[in-house]
Amino acid sequence: MKLDAKTPDGPLEKKWDQHRFDMKLVNPANRRKYRIIVVGSGLAGASAAATLGGLGYNVDCFCFQDSPRRAHSVAAQGGINAAKNYQNDGDSVFRLFYDTVKGGDFRAREANVHRLAEVSTQIIDQCVAQGVPFAREYGGLLDNRSFGGAQVSRTFYARGQTGQQLLLGAYGALSREIERGTVKMHTRVEMLDIVKVDDQARGIITRHLVSGRIARWGADAVVLATGGYGNIFYLSTNAAGCNVTATYRAYKKGALFANPCYTQIHPTCIPVAGEHQSKLTLMSESLRNDGRIWVPKQQGDQRKPREIPEAERDYYLERKYPAFGNLSPRDIASRAAKEVCDEGRGVGPMGRGVYLDFADSIERLGRATIEQRYGNLFDMYEKITGENPYELPMRIYPASHYTMGGLWVDYHLMSTIEGLHVIGEANFSDHGANRLGASALMQGLADGYFILPHTIAHYLASHKFEPVSTDDPAFEDAEREVRAGIQRLLDVNGTRSVDSFHKELGHIMWEYCGMTRNEAGLKKAIGLIRELRAEFWRDVCVTGENEEFNVALEKAGRVADFLEFGEVLCYDALQRAESCGAHFREEFQTSDGEAKRDDENYTYVAAWEFGGIGEEPTLHKEPLEFENVELATRSYK
Amino acid sequence: MNFKLRVWRQKNGTAKGAMVEYDARDISSDMSFLEMLDTVNENLIHEGQEPIAFDHDCREGICGMCSLMINGVAHGPERTTTTCQLHMRKFKDGDKITVEPWRANAFPIIRDLVVDRRALDRIMQAGGYVSVKTGSAPDANSIPVAKEDADAAFEAAECIGCGACVAACPNASATLFVAAKTAQYAHLPQGQPERSKRAINMVEAMDRDGFGSCTNHYECEAACPKGISVRFIAELNRDFLKAAMTTAKFGTLPPLPDFEE
Repeated sequence: MKLDAKTPDGPLEKKWDQHRFDMKLVNPANRRKYRIIVVGSGLAGASAAATLGGLGYNVDCFCFQDSPRRAHSVAAQGGINAAKNYQNDGDSVFRLFYDTVKGGDFRAREANVHRLAEVSTQIIDQCVAQGVPFAREYGGLLDNRSFGGAQVSRTFYARGQTGQQLLLGAYGALSREIERGTVKMHTRVEMLDIVKVDDQARGIITRHLVSGRIARWGADAVVLATGGYGNIFYLSTNAAGCNVTATYRAYKKGALFANPCYTQIHPTCIPVAGEHQSKLTLMSESLRNDGRIWVPKQQGDQRKPREIPEAERDYYLERKYPAFGNLSPRDIASRAAKEVCDEGRGVGPMGRGVYLDFADSIERLGRATIEQRYGNLFDMYEKITGENPYELPMRIYPASHYTMGGLWVDYHLMSTIEGLHVIGEANFSDHGANRLGASALMQGLADGYFILPHTIAHYLASHKFEPVSTDDPAFEDAEREVRAGIQRLLDVNGTRSVDSFHKELGHIMWEYCGMTRNEAGLKKAIGLIRELRAEFWRDVCVTGENEEFNVALEKAGRVADFLEFGEVLCYDALQRAESCGAHFREEFQTSDGEAKRDDENYTYVAAWEFGGIGEEPTLHKEPLEFENVELATRSYK
Repeated sequence: MNFKLRVWRQKNGTAKGAMVEYDARDISSDMSFLEMLDTVNENLIHEGQEPIAFDHDCREGICGMCSLMINGVAHGPERTTTTCQLHMRKFKDGDKITVEPWRANAFPIIRDLVVDRRALDRIMQAGGYVSVKTGSAPDANSIPVAKEDADAAFEAAECIGCGACVAACPNASATLFVAAKTAQYAHLPQGQPERSKRAINMVEAMDRDGFGSCTNHYECEAACPKGISVRFIAELNRDFLKAAMTTAKFGTLPPLPDFEE
């Protein structure tokens, strides 16, 4: 299979403009003749559905939550980047483009990233017009702050809940279209398969989570905006419901899955307190501006933090990376924390934690200043841990947070299945091997508001569509498969809960395919996943039946997919014999322990084709070409 | 820690429900309330019984999916805290804990502790937005907004749409929910053109779905996990009254649609 990214010709900064002119349009009067399915209602899905509805298309939008406003974009804390240069500190579209390509360790497509930087400014305009209450200065204009990996202040924010405010903006726009009748919203409905008719994506099969009703939906194009797969680690900052099912089932139907091994681990989360833990909570990275990270110099030091004298503490980030210190990029800070804990110097009840200490800042700036800056985060920390971070240092540890990999898409955001478009975290396209802070919200909204609505019009206008009937044999077959899959889960009648399998899979993934990876470990992990999958199908216990609200059944389907997808992730990590961005292979590091990229052999996108359950998938490579930036080594020393 | 739970179990929307007692044993004080329920469910599954159904998703207090009346209080005993952020250290060993769903006519029960809150979405669809098409926005800094106004809008916008205000209200009114949305836009220049229509339509939509009216009990503010202030209700009332006396048209909303699933 030849992967054609369909990147337009011409100079980088003209590509998108010129291409928008070259693409075909759908006449306003004809738009209502088309039906588009959007799966997912987070930033990408809600903004796409609202915009497509506004343009006059008929849209069916689906989410598994009880309301589109609950999609996990809601939880993003930090902010959203845009090249507005309101601070006059030297920002520009090209600089945002460059920072994003460099932050992704030169493993993303230049043209896509530049387009993202171009539309970033329109996103802020759109959101402000919708009434998103961004932070402002006393003069009434918008405030900005700086974020990791950038030397300019280009991040727009709404206290610690930028994600919720942006999502409510998109949800408002979506609600308006629902009221106007252009969008039909389907809540508590989960997509379980894609339907292809004559090799085009023409519909989906869903299960209603309340009644268990299996339904067929036909359309002229399908859009997946179903988020990332960070929950494969079981413990992550993702919501409990986040899953890989939609993208994985599209993969099984022929869409390629790109760069699954690029999984981002966030350095500042509240550590695991015990086996019961179901979720890891992120503490905003901004805390690293005033907190100092340390562990005891001595292994197994059981003293309380305040009893450990200054001379017996190791401020390891300041020691190893004097230039960036506590503000080193996410992947570097995460690995350094793992390293000191592996050495037996971790703190807290499980020994997997490091201190984030505000004592010096409180002494220097006063408690009031710290409270003003981080009050809500300190409160949240105290709620969860029962410890007061004004008195005791916080304990933090890295956790799975975001996945850069996703379904492969071309410049039009279309997967290798014709008509199947993929947007937001669900695609692989813009963040390369590592995503910078405040870039996820930008990408989700760029795709949904400003890119997909143009490219999907081109797709619709370039094809002739026979009316699709949900009585078509393709729909019948897909529905039959879905029903059989559900029955298979119900028929196992084993003894172990779905959660217990998910937990065990998470342990395997975290141990062998987490922050650092090596060949032996990855091979072992593939074996362990296969054994666990076999046990799942022998011994899982799914109570109840299909025709009811059945939480165990919902989860079982998602975990079954994770149990297959885990292998793909490991194969990808195995083939990428280099360290880049968030992917760190222990065999490929410099003498002082830094990631060693191999540009000569690995400057490509790895896109995997399904070859059967338990079979090694087929690797396809899309070479990446860099014409506008020079491949440099990231250095934060 | 050990607890005695009394939990509302109801197989579906039409079945008869009942309180059922469960023992929650060997619970760590570090567990969240939902993790405690996870533990109880794990044991139920081991015994071949169906787990207790409850809504949850982000488990960090922002998605608004979790609910629960805990000992008669929406989201439990800790102020400005969602159920998912409530930890068992706030209870005493041996406590008896009663767990019920949100109770309101507008929130029909789906199963056990799970209710249907789509009525809140329908209120939003009646006007909880600024009508702006994608692409038609002016530059973001072309309209300055005084910081005090932006901050007030933000305070109202913090609502997570969980429905605790409705569950806590003796009238099962959603007035605080409506007021949070109308106030957000009333404090911003972008919200002005539709301000009157929004107030009327959202209140009418609330009535249409069978929520009660506000009679100033302020239970909503006490239960709100985001601490949304009842002063926004006063602001909504002023907007509603002004609109009613001047520009507003009543009765423009269509009747409730027939519900598909």
